[in-house]
Amino acid sequence: MPAIKTIKGIGHRAINAVWRIGMATRFFLLTLRYSGTGFRRFHLIIKELFSTGVMSLIIIVVAGLFVGMVLGLQGYETLKRYGSESALGVMVALGLVRELGPVVAALLFASRAGSAMTAEIGLMKATEQISAMEMMAVNPIARIVAPRFWAGVISMPLLAALFSAVGVFGGYFVGVVQIGVDEGSFWSQMQAAVDFREDIMNGVIKSLVFGTVVTVIALFEGFDAPPTAEGVSGATTRTVVTSSLAILMLDFILTAMMFGGS
Amino acid sequence: MERTTLDLWVGIFVVAGIAALVMLAMKVGNLSTYNVSETYQVHAYFSNIGGLKAKASIKSAGVLVGRVTDITLDTERYEAKVVMSIDKRYQFPKDTFANILTSGLLGEQYIGLMPGGDAEMLKNGEQLKKTQSAMVLEDLIGKFLYSKAAEPAK
Repeated sequence: MPAIKTIKGIGHRAINAVWRIGMATRFFLLTLRYSGTGFRRFHLIIKELFSTGVMSLIIIVVAGLFVGMVLGLQGYETLKRYGSESALGVMVALGLVRELGPVVAALLFASRAGSAMTAEIGLMKATEQISAMEMMAVNPIARIVAPRFWAGVISMPLLAALFSAVGVFGGYFVGVVQIGVDEGSFWSQMQAAVDFREDIMNGVIKSLVFGTVVTVIALFEGFDAPPTAEGVSGATTRTVVTSSLAILMLDFILTAMMFGGS
Repeated sequence: MERTTLDLWVGIFVVAGIAALVMLAMKVGNLSTYNVSETYQVHAYFSNIGGLKAKASIKSAGVLVGRVTDITLDTERYEAKVVMSIDKRYQFPKDTFANILTSGLLGEQYIGLMPGGDAEMLKNGEQLKKTQSAMVLEDLIGKFLYSKAAEPAK
């Protein structure tokens, strides 16, 4: 009976999904528990900050610049119809600080740093480096996972802030320097409309949440990967797909909680 | 890579990230215009506030002097009660006139204060008695149509 087979398949997938979520949560709690060692040996975190944060700088800055420039162009075209080009700064800044900064930076972070983390840990597992560590009574979660986790959580808000700041300048460049929107109204209306707590801090909270989720997914997938070449490649793909979907869904929930109430 | 170069790059990254946050707060956001100075509260009743919202600015002669803190409907008078907090540096006479104005044709609404001639100044918790409601476009159009209809036909 094909129908029963399909239902069985659905059931199997559902059980598997729940089981993986539970394992990931357990993994996350273990990471938090063994974070103390990571902080005592801070140079481990610094090394990971370099490979996740510093190496992502270029892609974040270039992407932020172009996203800001496109926002400036498109915003101008739309606002021109209502004769309110002076509100261009408000549009660019709110769009970046509330949504595009945290979300696009997190998506880029997931594909740039998250995939690298998964591949690295998966390969460590495949070449039995993790078992070797356990053999030497070194806790692999404290030594490998926790520093990467904290590096991701620290660098994500910084990268999102850089993305937004560069994007605002991209919008300024297109809107004010190229098209000729009045500079004074661009900045003053922006400052009047963007609230520090409501908009900027909520953006920072969003990017903290995204940073946590992306790094946990990336590390878990790497740790959980079958120790084969195929397994590592599959885990890397899953990291990018799952964390991108998680970012977009969480963004909707967080936005509804932060800005939907009033 | 050498340990010190690593430290240097991570340091640059962290400083750049924090600088971007500060720049967002100061240049893009309104943290630089947040007045930490003390305020006093006054309230006023309006028969219609139009599109006025909490946190809207209060201006006198075009200068920002305070913010709207709370808007509620008073069920005894069925009028909107608007609570405003005004910077302590700016004292206004008791018969100050509060007016809901719009910046630009479609801009956001704010409260304009026009000082009267009273010698006594407003104190914390007092009421602004003279108010004028927001202009509602539909009312204006209605009035215009009525006056047109009332004109004798030529």
